[in-house]
Amino acid sequence: MKIEGRVWKFGDNIDTDVIIPAPYLVTTDTGELGKHCMEGVDATFAEKVRPGDIIVAGKNFGCGSSREHAPMAIKGAGISCVIAESFARIFFRNAFNMGLSISECSGVSQGIQEGDQVSVDQDTGEIIDHTNGKQFFANPIPPFMRELLEAGGLMSYILNKRRT
Amino acid sequence: MSMPQTITEKILAAHAGRDTVVPGELINVRIDMALANDITAPIAIDLFEKSHVESVFDPEKIALVPDHFVPNKDIQSAVQVQAMRAFARKYHIKHFFELGEMGIEHVLLPEQGLVLPGDVVIGADSHTCTYGALGSFATGVGSTDIAAAMITGETWFKVPESIKFVYHGRLRKWVSGKDLILYTIGDIGVDGATYKAMEFTGDVIKGLAMSDRMTMANMAIEAGAKSGIIAPDEVTLDYIRPRAKRPFECYTSDPDAAYADVRTYDVSDIEPQVAFPYLPENTRGISTVGTVPIDQAVIGSCTNGRIEDLRVAARVLNGRAIDKNMRLIIVPATPAIYRQAMAEGLLEVFLAAKGIVSPPTCGPCLGGFMGILGPGERAVSTTNRNFVGRMGHSSSEVYLVSPAVAAASAVLGRIGSPEEL
Repeated sequence: MKIEGRVWKFGDNIDTDVIIPAPYLVTTDTGELGKHCMEGVDATFAEKVRPGDIIVAGKNFGCGSSREHAPMAIKGAGISCVIAESFARIFFRNAFNMGLSISECSGVSQGIQEGDQVSVDQDTGEIIDHTNGKQFFANPIPPFMRELLEAGGLMSYILNKRRT
Repeated sequence: MSMPQTITEKILAAHAGRDTVVPGELINVRIDMALANDITAPIAIDLFEKSHVESVFDPEKIALVPDHFVPNKDIQSAVQVQAMRAFARKYHIKHFFELGEMGIEHVLLPEQGLVLPGDVVIGADSHTCTYGALGSFATGVGSTDIAAAMITGETWFKVPESIKFVYHGRLRKWVSGKDLILYTIGDIGVDGATYKAMEFTGDVIKGLAMSDRMTMANMAIEAGAKSGIIAPDEVTLDYIRPRAKRPFECYTSDPDAAYADVRTYDVSDIEPQVAFPYLPENTRGISTVGTVPIDQAVIGSCTNGRIEDLRVAARVLNGRAIDKNMRLIIVPATPAIYRQAMAEGLLEVFLAAKGIVSPPTCGPCLGGFMGILGPGERAVSTTNRNFVGRMGHSSSEVYLVSPAVAAASAVLGRIGSPEEL
């Protein structure tokens, strides 16, 4: 699967409290959560973002709480993919479980600029910045996690397994 | 001869029905307890109901603790707790805690004997790693993981590498488990243990009370760790024996087990620590803090809301009053701790010092309610995170400290040590 979109840049250690501040954790509605996505770092982010846009960040993206509302808010805001130098463990797990596309790739926080047009090929891991012509390769997705993605997330995966 | 293993590998192998596991491999494990709270349970409940599975895998191995926005802070949070309550009734969940029995989950579950040495515990709350202090493998996961585990009684893990932390030397006065873990996070950074198990060892750890050990394991996540763990000893067993209602198993690491890294600290050099905004790794010794005026002090949370924490705070506050420009909020973590503090006269000390005592809740720690900070306000807090906007307005600041330093700072009106009083 190939994703293409315009880039929004963020730094290192973007925590789940700034991705979706705690006062908004009183709903499980993805669209509602999306309206407050990244509010802790950029109060107007949700207004500026267009469906299909991509987030590019530094190391340890999604550190902090286990709130699945964080990947839900990102998805709800219309973001198609998060590319980061590295991800915090629970965020990484949650993203796969609930079906937010993420790519771990070193060099992107230096090599890709805000507003660049970037494509991500999830099968090959190839990331191309069409604005500056640079090419990157994401860390390969472990086979089990690929199975999860192909099944449509953890719930479909375990329910399919129960049926067989 | 069998392969030498860490305590973490042994627990995971036992729950995967295997003799050994090696770091990096993906395994499926049986779980002893799955936990969710009033923020994370509603998503898990929605997913469970959509699956049309008729029953949970074991109604005694699920704990639902409404603690974050409870007592309900608004209508929306009331609706979330209603969903938990209805789910608990429908599926006969044994460990649903109604107000009056409810406490902060990571203090409540060990206190009630619901998590034991050798267990595998998953919780839809990042501080689930607290239970590693009992010698269990415990880790935070998401709501979807809990929904799946409520159906299957299992979960998947990548076996983590372990980092061994060895603490030796003599603890200085007022230096606690909180200071040791803050110092450690300051050393390795907020992603210093990402995907790894932090194994806390050494003579100093052996000399720590369970409350300090739980504080240390609790903040393993602030270094990015999958889990924190301390091998059970007599201190653990003294805590566990009166509480356990089922068998448990104590594991220890083999002497020649493999570690990704070993870090040794002489604690004699460590003074009380303060983590400056906006990351728990921004630690400084109390003597190098300078003059930082503060508006509010919070003593409580899953990190430092235990009776031992309240005793330390009361020792500092006894016969004193907080600075007139300060607010002091004390949050006993469970009803049992609240009653104990009342019986020991600690609540009297807090109220006499012009502090207030809140019912058990996570409220202020995550900027939920019960002590929100306004623009530019500063707090010292015994909680675990000092991210941007964590306790309120995005321009407010949180400084992470021990209960002793929080209490002293409340009296001083600025960040300071009990030695300055």
